[in-house]
Amino acid sequence: MKLAFPELSLVLLVGPSGSGKSSFGRKHFLPTEVVSSDFCRGLVSDDENNQASTSDAFDVLRTIVRKRLARGKLTVIDATNVQPESRKSLIELAREYHVMTVAIVFDIPEKLYQERNALRPDRQFGPHVVRNQCQQLRRGLRGLEREGIRYVFKFSSPEEVDAANIERQPLWNNRKTDHGPFDIVGDVHGCIDELLELLQQLGYSVSAEAESYVVTPPEGRKLVFVGDLVDRGPGTPRVLRLIHDMVQAGQAICVPGNHDIKLVKALRGRNVQITHGLDTSLEQLGKETPEFRQQMAEFIDGLVSHYVFDDGNLVVAHAGLKESMQGRGSGTVREFALYGETTGETDEFGLPVRHNWAAEYRGKALVVYGHTPVPEPLWINNTANIDTGCVFGGSLSALRYPEREIVSVRAHATYAEPKRPFLAGDQKSARSMQQALDDTLDLEDVIGKRLIDTRLVPRITIREENAIAALEVMSRFAVDPKWLIYLPPTMSPSETSQHPALLEHPQEAFAYYRNEGIPSVVCEQKHMGSRAVVVLCREEETAQRRFGVATPALGMVYTRTGRRFFSNEALEAAFLTRLRDAAEKAGLWVELGTDWICLDCELMPWSAKAQELLRQQYAPVGNAGIRTLTAEQYALAQARAHLPEIEELATRTSQRLNALQQYVREYRQYCWPATSLDDYRLAPFHILASEGNVHTNKRHTWHMELIARLCEADNHLLLATPFEVVDLNDSTSCDAAIAWWTDLTNTGREGMVVKPLDFISKGRRGTVQPAIKCRGPEYLRIIYGPEYLLPDNLERLRSRAVGAKRSLANREFALGIEALDRFVRYEPLRRTHECVFGVLALESEPIDPRL
Amino acid sequence: MLLTISTTHVPATDLGYLLHKNPARLQTEELSFGKAHVFYPEAEDDRCTVAVLLEVDPIGLVRGRRGPAGEGGQLQQYVNDRPYAANSFMSVALGRLFGTALSGRSKERQELVDTFLPLSVKLPAIAAGAGSELVRRLFEPLGYRVSTESGLLDANFPEWGESRYASVEISATTRLRDLLTHLYVLIPVLDNEKHYWVGDDEVEKLLKRGEGWLATHPEKDLIVSRYLKRQHGLTREALDRLAEEAADTKEDEEEVRNEEEQKVERPLGLHEQRMGTVLSVLRSFGARRVVDLGCGEGKLLRYLLADPQFEFILGMDVSWKSLEVAKERLHLDRLPERQKARIQLVQGSLMYRDQRLSGFDAATVVEVIEHLDAPRLEAFERVLFAFARPSYVVLTTPNVEYNSVFEALPAGQLRHRDHRFEWSRAEFETWSRRIADQYGYEVRFQAVGPQDQMLGAPTQMGIFSRAGGAA
Repeated sequence: MKLAFPELSLVLLVGPSGSGKSSFGRKHFLPTEVVSSDFCRGLVSDDENNQASTSDAFDVLRTIVRKRLARGKLTVIDATNVQPESRKSLIELAREYHVMTVAIVFDIPEKLYQERNALRPDRQFGPHVVRNQCQQLRRGLRGLEREGIRYVFKFSSPEEVDAANIERQPLWNNRKTDHGPFDIVGDVHGCIDELLELLQQLGYSVSAEAESYVVTPPEGRKLVFVGDLVDRGPGTPRVLRLIHDMVQAGQAICVPGNHDIKLVKALRGRNVQITHGLDTSLEQLGKETPEFRQQMAEFIDGLVSHYVFDDGNLVVAHAGLKESMQGRGSGTVREFALYGETTGETDEFGLPVRHNWAAEYRGKALVVYGHTPVPEPLWINNTANIDTGCVFGGSLSALRYPEREIVSVRAHATYAEPKRPFLAGDQKSARSMQQALDDTLDLEDVIGKRLIDTRLVPRITIREENAIAALEVMSRFAVDPKWLIYLPPTMSPSETSQHPALLEHPQEAFAYYRNEGIPSVVCEQKHMGSRAVVVLCREEETAQRRFGVATPALGMVYTRTGRRFFSNEALEAAFLTRLRDAAEKAGLWVELGTDWICLDCELMPWSAKAQELLRQQYAPVGNAGIRTLTAEQYALAQARAHLPEIEELATRTSQRLNALQQYVREYRQYCWPATSLDDYRLAPFHILASEGNVHTNKRHTWHMELIARLCEADNHLLLATPFEVVDLNDSTSCDAAIAWWTDLTNTGREGMVVKPLDFISKGRRGTVQPAIKCRGPEYLRIIYGPEYLLPDNLERLRSRAVGAKRSLANREFALGIEALDRFVRYEPLRRTHECVFGVLALESEPIDPRL
Repeated sequence: MLLTISTTHVPATDLGYLLHKNPARLQTEELSFGKAHVFYPEAEDDRCTVAVLLEVDPIGLVRGRRGPAGEGGQLQQYVNDRPYAANSFMSVALGRLFGTALSGRSKERQELVDTFLPLSVKLPAIAAGAGSELVRRLFEPLGYRVSTESGLLDANFPEWGESRYASVEISATTRLRDLLTHLYVLIPVLDNEKHYWVGDDEVEKLLKRGEGWLATHPEKDLIVSRYLKRQHGLTREALDRLAEEAADTKEDEEEVRNEEEQKVERPLGLHEQRMGTVLSVLRSFGARRVVDLGCGEGKLLRYLLADPQFEFILGMDVSWKSLEVAKERLHLDRLPERQKARIQLVQGSLMYRDQRLSGFDAATVVEVIEHLDAPRLEAFERVLFAFARPSYVVLTTPNVEYNSVFEALPAGQLRHRDHRFEWSRAEFETWSRRIADQYGYEVRFQAVGPQDQMLGAPTQMGIFSRAGGAA
């Protein structure tokens, strides 16, 4: 006997103890697919036959079933299942998860059970028990379908059981192996002329033969129709004919719409209200032959309510489909796919108010649907409504997948008046529906332990405790998340230098990249200010349109932890205006084809943002140190006259005083009062992204050169960063860069940053460090303390491990770029925010802050 | 770090005898945090000065496991004033170097030990606070003359203000052992900011050293609280690392600031009045399920928990640390099971929609919104009024007009450094009415605290009731 049922089903094995259910389960299913009540009794009570534990055991069983069905896993229940009431809760579970229920019934002669049980010492519960079970089974047998079981198979003898083989059938909606590419067309509603025009635009050539259409698609492409082929428009029969023929020819796939289903009912003579344009269809079809009408009714009847394509990455259904229903088959799923979900209310036009399922959608599959006319294709949370109301005088649209491009043709006429006006007229809002939804982020999208997949590093873990820290910082201090499309990664220093008097030196940075097989690097002067990310818009209105913020603005300047850089709004506005003008003058907007850019920068002076740090930490150390050491030097000088042995201590104290003075000199040179815009200097070093592009596919020299041009346009506010390209396999080239570094660090500069020439470079073990810093010995006083260069101190500081820092830098780099990628792809804000939040969370990892 | 003690007692060199340290030698002792040197810059018959010079190992403080118990490796920063400004290290050194002198006993010359000598002490750098006033308050009641000298923090940047360090000289005619004891206790008290005693026996030590003078000292409370101040920074590590603009998330700072706000408002008993008013409003609604948004350290939660009308109380705050404190203060771990079931504390944020906030009769938002950046208030509005939608919202915020009444508050300054804004009554009422309109609530206002005819009350309260939906 062949038992054929859908691959995703809840299978109930039904039969008394000893009927051979467990053996059957072992033979035909994975051990993990079978959940047995005996096993669950054992789990909760250590005794598989403990009847007193049945209730608890079934709680466990149902929990397992829920989890499996939610994940789309076939599940077999090995319990007697002979009573309708015990089947009931399981059938309800199957309904809840929109899977079919299958019953495999073991109705074999009672004496066989008794014999088998007699052989098992653990089954000595007496013959009356099995007799009862048999009676219960027989009584319920005929009602199984009525209980809601879709497939019932019955064995009457052990021979039948042995001969059985099971065939798991793919669900009709499963077209996961079909990868397209597809052209998905919105609601046609009998608009044949527009459809033919659209097909032509999409590259399909269509010729009408006497009784059929012959279509030649562009190489490899396939059409998908979201349904509502009929009603209201002028050419319903021809539309049906065309789509029918293409589906038959394997050139198109079609899901039904509510109008199509209703038309079939009407054609079949069922009592339906002839409204919403059904009359037009019936009138047009009345002129066709009965055979044609019959053929079309069968065609529509045979349509599957939704499809899952492309490894589960694309779902098409007429009214859309929630994630929990995708790839499932049940009446509820079909209802949803055809009609969507309504709230039960009606609007002022008497139409049902639709529940906006897309606003809550979190699935990985792009859901393409129609059903509700919208003036422009509507993208929300990885869903696209492409019913652009052709029949109402809008347009007919197609979505090209995987390109995600829209192709539309205008309606040739207004064939019907919509009850609810859907073309909003001129009052188009500056912000998209998605942006309005994004005004509120959900805590569940950031809190707890998370895994984030990025283009560069898969599955980056964000630990719960780090998310806790990030939540506080993000909530209390960060700017509107809509501006936060990027946070910069941390940067590792070079390994400790071999040089006896230094901690850091370019040689080690060069060696790192050379070992990774990177041939050339770029060395950029490192500025000592504060890291700043600048999002700059060409027009104030761009802020609303592209970033979805509530009020017009020229952009935002924020720190590496997402805080607003300027507390003075007028100053911020003036700063952004200057930058915008410079970008205009440098021709950046035109060259990049954009009206916004995101820049990674250093903003000077250091004291502008680090004021508190300077006043609370850096300056006091200098002040206390010099006071104390000066007094010590004096006391020692007094004692020296009568205490020659004190000489050594006196010398050391003088060295220490000197170190403090050097330290004060060092921090002072990065400070100046910043009272007006003229006091600020901005040194951009990456053009991170602009419309349609994340510029991490360009070399650093591209960034440096373009930025140099930007800086020329306002060389007071903007500071071009000096850089040198170094051939790591040419010692002259390396030496020249080292000489440059020595010169920089001797003349009061922080040091330099070494980066691989390509923004993203692969080394021997994956992505290499995006940048490595080499800081000068004087500068490091403000990191390692004023006295760190004294011989005894320096020796101990040499042991420092950069491994953890580098791993962190790599993960943060990957998250930052992923955030930009997602933003540039117009993904919902939560997707970008997740990455940015992740960077902030990783920043709270305990890593030596001096590295 | 340096401390010098001078005397003009004749013969002055008796100082060496009293200290058990030979003026003709440099004596060095290894201590856990570095080296302590004792030498005499001058040792004449008419004037003798002893110097205690500490070379604190700046690397060891961060890296090593050395230092007083529990201290090793606790310093986050190499750039640190610990090696320079007089602090508890000096007390440790005094105890080790001058133990006998501190004890005040001598086998041979007890009369010298008991003699009152003209003594003066110099500390070249100690955190003396603004105007060095505290140095006087600490030492003058003990009979010392105090002179201090301070200056700018950095001469190149006068806008950074005065240095918090002063050089201090105190002098008196007193017994050496008393002088040493006073220094031993009061140096760490002055230094205050980062105090690295951690041992459990500190209370004992303080009582012993303070015998005979501490009990009657007018600043007794301050001395005790500062001396016993524990370092509790470890839990804050993660956040501190994030705080590039540092200081304002540091807990010491936070405490100081809370003190600030309380200092401003305390004379009115405003805090208690606010809690009382909020509670009576909640009671009048018959609210059973209440969520306190921004519950902080649980001041309102305590009152809610005490009233069985409130069947379930959810406290939410964005600060994990505050919640830990709240948990502690409410003794959540020790509550009987039924009481415990009435209350729950969760970390959450007013900037994110949160399922857990649904289904409450009332939400309280007491002195919270002024801590949110004005441009982000809209997110808060949506989270509370559009999504959580409790039947009632009780919301309080300062009335900025009233600020001029507070004597302790300089004109134009807000009551708390973390306040992003403070609203006039008109501003608050406009905002509240807009919210009520937009989200289907009705709002009425109530003043909290003493009313000024022109300026209103110090705290303003908006009481929002959900239109139609309120029980």
